[in-house]
Amino acid sequence: MRAFDYVRAERVDDAIAALADPNARCLAGGTNLLDLMKGYVEQPTRLVDITRLPLASIEPAADGSLRIGALVSNTDLANAPIVRERYPLLAQALVSGASPQLRNMASVGGNLLQRTRCHYFVDVGFDMCNKRKPGSGCAAREGSNRIHAILGASDHCIAVHPSDMCVALAALDAVVEARNGAGVRRIPMSEFHRLPGTAPERDTELRHDELITAVILPPSPFADHSHYLKVRDRASYEFALVSVAAGLEMDGKRVRDARIVLGGVAHRPWRASGAERALVGHALDDDTLAKAALAATEGARPYRDNAFKVTLAQRAVARALREAASA
Amino acid sequence: MDRRSLSAEGAARRRFLCGTGALTTTLAHVPPLIAADNNASTPTREARGPGAPRHVRLDVNGYPYDVVVEPRVTLLDALREYIGLTGTKKGCDRGQCGACTVLVNDRRINACLTLAIAHEGDRIRTVEGLATANALHPVQAAFIAHDGFQCGYCTPGQICSAVGMLDEARRDTISAVTRDVRRRGPVELTDDEIRERMSGNLCRCGAYVGIVDALREVLKKSA
Repeated sequence: MRAFDYVRAERVDDAIAALADPNARCLAGGTNLLDLMKGYVEQPTRLVDITRLPLASIEPAADGSLRIGALVSNTDLANAPIVRERYPLLAQALVSGASPQLRNMASVGGNLLQRTRCHYFVDVGFDMCNKRKPGSGCAAREGSNRIHAILGASDHCIAVHPSDMCVALAALDAVVEARNGAGVRRIPMSEFHRLPGTAPERDTELRHDELITAVILPPSPFADHSHYLKVRDRASYEFALVSVAAGLEMDGKRVRDARIVLGGVAHRPWRASGAERALVGHALDDDTLAKAALAATEGARPYRDNAFKVTLAQRAVARALREAASA
Repeated sequence: MDRRSLSAEGAARRRFLCGTGALTTTLAHVPPLIAADNNASTPTREARGPGAPRHVRLDVNGYPYDVVVEPRVTLLDALREYIGLTGTKKGCDRGQCGACTVLVNDRRINACLTLAIAHEGDRIRTVEGLATANALHPVQAAFIAHDGFQCGYCTPGQICSAVGMLDEARRDTISAVTRDVRRRGPVELTDDEIRERMSGNLCRCGAYVGIVDALREVLKKSA
């Protein structure tokens, strides 16, 4: 790890002011940032410790939404009674990620900014990575790409977003609240994470001089019928090959509304709108499930090692929907 | 070697650890030797440049330790290399194995992915702080009784993790194998729950069967 200066922010404005330095980074849980610093992927010259800022509360608002402070730990968010009751999908997604120790450390804001686990990004021994070194190329396209994207990738980058929490937040129409020198900006989850396009070095729409202060969850109609399914190479403590956040609002036996978001398949949580349309107005019989599953991977473009993800994603969608319906 | 001699050996080792603990405690009022050496070897760094060493007071196992560390020194390295508490182990150093698990404000965390300088004012508890003068912590005793280890390298992390895990379960927390996260009430620590909740600690000897047995016994005795 390279040497850096350490400052502790006592107020949100102090943290935002400190971010004027392009080589400064915020330190919250540190589980991703310090790991990347040890590998020289990140080399900030200043860390701004924001852990003492008053952003660690979960507060229900009068309009029925829930305001989650950016510094709430993954553990505390998953176990908050109001989250377990109203947003079980989010609680499930959170506890399927990382390990108990890491979840005790990791913050909501940090989880939103988690960086990809692409082998070629996390290892500076590889010369080519457009995300780490813009213009250097993408080694994963011709390399080992079993864990990579099947949807929404570009010739510049085929990395996937690693978070479970974000997949559930996308399904729940969460909004990210960020502060900058001029004021507050609210960014819907559907716009927060970017597709790689020609600028894969930018994971999100957040600007460098902005601090995530909260995530806002609107009331959810999916609390009674939701499921987070994660498929990975081992039973626990592993990133998703494919994950599915499924939420259903039922009208008797028919689907009134549905949300399906996939993880592990794209540079951001991947909303499967086609699959949702295939469900609305129908009973969840095998035929409907098959149509929704097929629609979920529409436009998929696998690479040498990850064609299995297309079938896996389809089956995961069908299973997650069955689980959600019976929840 | 029968169980009793194993326990006796454990007790002897424990006495040794208590002895070293007492030694470092007496040093707590002056900067520990290693930190002082480290500081002396880099005199120019303290005066200028990013990352100059800073004085930090850490509360470890109830004792204050004054160390002089660069901001980039992890809690794990501060414990082992500056304070001399080598019970906490460095496995992967990247948050992937759990060998460095310690308890901070009663929560288990990976000491390798957190900075020492960020823990001023926190209550840090390591494997050296679990036993009392005369008795092992119930989790330690159960690990010995059930062969919850072979080489022992992951064991301090496993034990600290288990102490944190049992506390989390008492506070009605969910896991990835919890069937219905909306249902409240006491957590039933089935073998599946124990395995999932201990999955942040890898054991390359494969002592998992003994670890689950040990924790089942702790649960039975505390019921």
